[in-house]
Amino acid sequence: MDPIIETFALTRKFGSVTAVDAIDLAVEKGEVFGLLGPNGAGKTTMLSMLCTILTPTSGSATVNGFDIIRQHSQVRKSIGIVFQDPSVDADMTALENLQMHADLYGVPVSEQVERIQEVLALVRLEEKADAFVSTYSGGMRRRLEIARGLLHYPKVMFLDEPTIGLDPQSREHIWDYIRKLKNREEMTIILTTHYMEEADRLCNRVAIIDHGRVVALDRPAALKKELGGDTVILGTNESQALHDLLLNNGMAERVSILNGEVRALVSNANLLLPRIINAAADAGLSVEYVYLSHPDMNDVFIHFTGKDIRQGQAGEQYGRLAMMKRRRAR
Amino acid sequence: MSEVRGIYTLWKREVKKFLREKPRLLNAFCQPLLWLFIFGTGMRFSAGIPGYNYQEFIFPGLVCQAMLFTAMFMGVSVIWDREFGFLKEILVSPVSRSSIFLGKMFGVSTDVMLQGIIIFPFAFLIGARTDFIIFLKALPIMLLITIGLTCIGLTFASLLKSFEGFGLIQTFINLPLFFLSGALFPLTNVPEWLLCVSYANPLTYGVDALRTVMMGGAWAPLFPMHIDIGVLIAFDAVMFSIGTYAFSRRE
Ligand SMILES: Nc1ncnc2c1ncn2[C@@H]1O[C@H](COP(=O)(O)OP(=O)(O)O)[C@@H](O)[C@H]1O
Ligand SMILES: [Mg+2]
Repeated sequence: MDPIIETFALTRKFGSVTAVDAIDLAVEKGEVFGLLGPNGAGKTTMLSMLCTILTPTSGSATVNGFDIIRQHSQVRKSIGIVFQDPSVDADMTALENLQMHADLYGVPVSEQVERIQEVLALVRLEEKADAFVSTYSGGMRRRLEIARGLLHYPKVMFLDEPTIGLDPQSREHIWDYIRKLKNREEMTIILTTHYMEEADRLCNRVAIIDHGRVVALDRPAALKKELGGDTVILGTNESQALHDLLLNNGMAERVSILNGEVRALVSNANLLLPRIINAAADAGLSVEYVYLSHPDMNDVFIHFTGKDIRQGQAGEQYGRLAMMKRRRAR
Repeated sequence: MSEVRGIYTLWKREVKKFLREKPRLLNAFCQPLLWLFIFGTGMRFSAGIPGYNYQEFIFPGLVCQAMLFTAMFMGVSVIWDREFGFLKEILVSPVSRSSIFLGKMFGVSTDVMLQGIIIFPFAFLIGARTDFIIFLKALPIMLLITIGLTCIGLTFASLLKSFEGFGLIQTFINLPLFFLSGALFPLTNVPEWLLCVSYANPLTYGVDALRTVMMGGAWAPLFPMHIDIGVLIAFDAVMFSIGTYAFSRRE
């Protein structure tokens, strides 16, 4: 299958800063592709080039088979985008925002009403369609933006930090909608995020980006596996016996005892945990408690970049502050 | 075809926003009244210009002033669009930059024309010599003034990166254009330098043309009508080109 997005040494510099540094990527049709990286990694710059509002310093890319430099009008018709920062017109109603979008993208007038209802239903905003967006919460605005981006049936949907600054409940909602979109096989989703959990739970494949470069690219499970699987931690009175048992029956790749607990490194804890418990019971060893430690994406991130992604969160706070400032200026 | 729809929808948004903002409409309605009845009455009885009814004299000037301020204010509303992110939604759409400019231009021009038309009935209140025919004759002149001014506003909006510059526009564009247009005093007795600067101001020709139409024989035109119209058309063409260029620049 031909990739729907392909980049060739795509590069963008801002003065002396290289925001995107010769990135080569291929995104397959229908997948949810994540760009994971801390603030300032170059995710937004990457998307801006792919949606043709920013010209690359060098390199090139195609989206839906169209060149982002020479055929930007066709690229624009192929894509929908939810920007990182709010981009709805708060002084208009949701319906008016959607109508305007339909007009800008040349959605046939005869189909507009039906499609607007369809996308409103998807994000559960039918009831609030006639309310001014200024009365919406942050989560509702985000949902409206997602609905708007879908209105012209894009082949590729870009979501730039779709849940940044949202409360956990709104975040779950947005994730639900994204999962629904995942089922539309003809649509590809490119999602940027600096939330590990988001990349882990939504994306088929994740590219970890740092300083404008791709430092790792694979399925989330494969990235985590590269760190060596899960750790099963067992609490027992007979730790040495349990240790020996697991070492000898070959269930674990590595076994150790730490603070009186047996720690077994296994390739797939979901499958092996019941078997470990059963084997212990069969050997007459009582297990008091057990817990699992999965390497999460944060471990993956630390592994590939040598730093904690959470360092980036000062930047997010700044972003929220700037947004508040803007709100107050109204 | 989709470009036309894009232009139409941008026009519609601009006009809707203008009509929805009630405080601005009230202001648009009342400010000329203050000029006309307080400033106008005061000047008429204390420093009147021989041969003219002062209120009748400044009325076309006030129409131009109202249009000028509206054009600048609505034009730079593009800066608000940028500030609140909505501009991105427009810029990433398949509609071309020149169509976006056209849509904005038509929209703001409609606002400006509405503003000019709103205050037209005041002419009756001050007993100026006016009727429907005069109104119809004034409309095309107002339109020519509107287009150029709107393009100035939009051009500044695409150059300014924040709203902080708006105060500068007020001081260095709005007020000089207004004061140097002969809107408030005739240019017949002013010093040479003031006359020169005023002749370089396109609004002078708009005010002159409007007076020629609205005051009839009571007004001694500065220029014949075809010169006024010619200058206004040239002004529009230049500003329109600059505006289109400013809007088409891409990062
Ligand atoms: N318009 C710009 N002008 C100058 N520098 C920029 C601009 N946009 C982004 N940058 C810089 O490029 C880098 C990447 O930014 P960005 O793409 O926004 O990162 P991310 O979206 O991953 O947080 C940062 O160092 C940022 O400061
Ligand atoms: Mg970003």
